[in-house]
Amino acid sequence: MNQFIEWISQPWPWYVAGPMIGLTVPALLILGNKAFGISSSLRHLCAACVPAGIPFFTYDWKKEIWNLLFVLGTAIGGFIAMNFLANPDTIVISEATQADLKALGLTNFSDLMPLEIFNWDTVFTGKGILFFVIGGFLVGFGTRYAGGCTSGHAIMGISSLQWPSLVATIFFMVGGFFMTHVLLAPLMKLVGF
Amino acid sequence: MDSIADPNCVAPNSSQTKDKGLALLKYVLIGLVFGIIFVKAEIISWFRIQEMFRLQSFHMFGVIGSAIVTGIISIQLIKRLNIKSIQGEAIIIPTKEFKKGQMIGGFIFGLGWAITGACPGPLFAQIGSGYSVVLVTLVAALAGTWVYGRFEKYFPN
Repeated sequence: MNQFIEWISQPWPWYVAGPMIGLTVPALLILGNKAFGISSSLRHLCAACVPAGIPFFTYDWKKEIWNLLFVLGTAIGGFIAMNFLANPDTIVISEATQADLKALGLTNFSDLMPLEIFNWDTVFTGKGILFFVIGGFLVGFGTRYAGGCTSGHAIMGISSLQWPSLVATIFFMVGGFFMTHVLLAPLMKLVGF
Repeated sequence: MDSIADPNCVAPNSSQTKDKGLALLKYVLIGLVFGIIFVKAEIISWFRIQEMFRLQSFHMFGVIGSAIVTGIISIQLIKRLNIKSIQGEAIIIPTKEFKKGQMIGGFIFGLGWAITGACPGPLFAQIGSGYSVVLVTLVAALAGTWVYGRFEKYFPN
């Protein structure tokens, strides 16, 4: 048992994690005839909390409660993994990425997240506005406009061989590359890095 | 209204049977396994997303790529073997129609993905893992979703 815990506590390689994530697709289809997709949960939360008579949010969200339970499970899974299965060693980040991020002003590479950004003290500063408010808004707005995110389009959509999802995925990547290589440096400078 | 008629929704519920009570618990469990994988394979890491967009590590490409390959094989098996859901229903794979939003919205999501280091799934896993400040990101993402829904008709699609 101890050996198992030790083994499971190591970071999982891509060839274990990827296929397991892929199996979510048949699991949801077979167990409940549900199409895999996560950003929909944001829409259901809007429909449940602030529908405001908007047609886009006026539907029976209770029928989609499975989607909200799924993301609740995801949060609980995060809690279990972090508290009981956590890797005791520090994360190994590519040297090249560390060098690039040092040039942008980051110094702490000991955690899964850059702790100098992801803490409550930055919330009401330019850093918080950029990384949480603007970033989060773009994620919520963009996924809904695109009709899905990495799970709904990249995984579920491409798995079912639908080319519009391939197009969406290509544009997810293009947006990410553009932010990383063009906008991120000036934006980080602007917020005080 | 029985279901979301809007084809914009990519995760429609095709089930005829209504899940009730304990039957709903299975979705929590699948989500839970999903959340554990996200943390254990460090997919929730902001740094891993930066590595991906800087083409400095194969990890995330391997994760997404092998997930897609597994998904393709699974769906082909379901179709060819005519596998039914455990409720005995024919499995329905929703069709995704092409829209301009997949390009414009996709690009906008990509911008946000590189800033937050999270797509919607990891967002929930990050919060559960104890990065409570990501709740702010979640609220902002809900605001983004709401603004899209409110002004939907003004955006080209």
